[in-house]
Amino acid sequence: MAKSTPIKHSLVPKHTKMGERSVKELLEKYNISKVQLPKILNNDPALKGLGIKVGDVIKIERKSLTAGNSEYYRVVADATKVSGTSGGES
Amino acid sequence: MAEFDDLFKKYEGLIPESLLNDVKDHLPAKVKKSDVQKILEKLHIEYELAKIDAGESVGLIAAESMGEPGTQMTLNTKHAGGVSELQVTIGLPRLIEIFDGRKQLVTPSMEIYLSDKNPSPDKVSRIAAKIKETSLNELVKTIEVNVADATIEVDLDKNLLAKYGIRTQAIAKALQKGLKNVNVKVKEDSLFIKLTKEGEELNKLYALKEEAKKTFVSGIKGIKQVLPVKKGDEYVIMTAGSNLKKVLTFEEVDSYKTKCNDIFETLKVLGLEAARQLIIEEAIKVLEDQGINIDIRHIMLATDIMCATGEVKGITRYGIVGEKSSVLARASFETPIKHIIAASERGEIDKLSSVIENVMINQAIPAGTGLPSLRIKSEGAVKK
Repeated sequence: MAKSTPIKHSLVPKHTKMGERSVKELLEKYNISKVQLPKILNNDPALKGLGIKVGDVIKIERKSLTAGNSEYYRVVADATKVSGTSGGES
Repeated sequence: MAEFDDLFKKYEGLIPESLLNDVKDHLPAKVKKSDVQKILEKLHIEYELAKIDAGESVGLIAAESMGEPGTQMTLNTKHAGGVSELQVTIGLPRLIEIFDGRKQLVTPSMEIYLSDKNPSPDKVSRIAAKIKETSLNELVKTIEVNVADATIEVDLDKNLLAKYGIRTQAIAKALQKGLKNVNVKVKEDSLFIKLTKEGEELNKLYALKEEAKKTFVSGIKGIKQVLPVKKGDEYVIMTAGSNLKKVLTFEEVDSYKTKCNDIFETLKVLGLEAARQLIIEEAIKVLEDQGINIDIRHIMLATDIMCATGEVKGITRYGIVGEKSSVLARASFETPIKHIIAASERGEIDKLSSVIENVMINQAIPAGTGLPSLRIKSEGAVKK
């Protein structure tokens, strides 16, 4: 399992690291700052082998059920700084 | 339709791909370019009109759209769908499980696809047997305590061993590993288990026999039950219990399509986006089973909120509601006193920037027409 290639699975869409210029264009287009983007943790298995660091923006090309293909953006966050209180009582 | 490619290209990004494909598929054989142009122009206008307005309370609409049909769903989970089907949580309990972000599922299960696309039924059941968590008990003919020699004699079932594809040596190894202070010897199809410490009482031996019966000897831990079924042209092994990480490493398993219904397991093995996709698929599956029609956009919205922080958070006071910055908003959901006391201890400030807290103090809410700054730039607008 110690491969650095991205996982091939029907549930995992394509993740790509965005260049600095395209990040700037994206933020300008929606008039937002990086913190307002949804997050993805830096230990996410889908990011393996992309060479990411905290603060990078990841472009995700989803196969949407409504729009065919759709693009989504997430900013890489540090996993160690997250509270870790996900989920509910069980 | 190759001659219109440049025309369609112009509208890429303006109109979603699925709509463009719909147009392409429905164009009559003979059509003028100007007509196609007109169709696309009209479609673009219609699409823009169909978009939801800025400031619309989409979350509220989603909540109501899912809440009402939720009352029509099956409350009873004990009902088994068929005779040979595995029991799976269905209906409202499953939906609650999904959206609450429960970590411990009532019925975890997997759908295992095979890499061999055209296997014989025999091979399928062999693979299924190989995956299933098997304890010693299931493989023996007899298991007896020999009082005179102070040993446990295990007589293994040859046919079963062949079916499961396990060798006697492997079982001996598993037993040696699983039990403490024992010595396992192999003689043809029999195993002899002896305690290494001499002079132990007999009742210890009996306890050891019971322990040996339950020892895990082959398969994947966590897969409690297997059921090969034919789905369309393909064989699928449905399981009770799940262990995605281990199953995906199996050679015989199609690691591209195999899934489990545990969202947190998927999150750990395949990542956040896979978990998001799984939540949507599982929710749709539940709703379709119940014959309920909810626009999937509502589900997608709820799911995107659950996954926004990089983890999967349930729609509970511990999950996304606990993330809200406003004290009053948190207090209005569940356990108000706890929230208010904790907030006063910390000296929290409520900036009244969201909807609920403004409803509570009878002020215009920042939604719809109460949120003009999304649409227009005014001179006096406060910069945040």
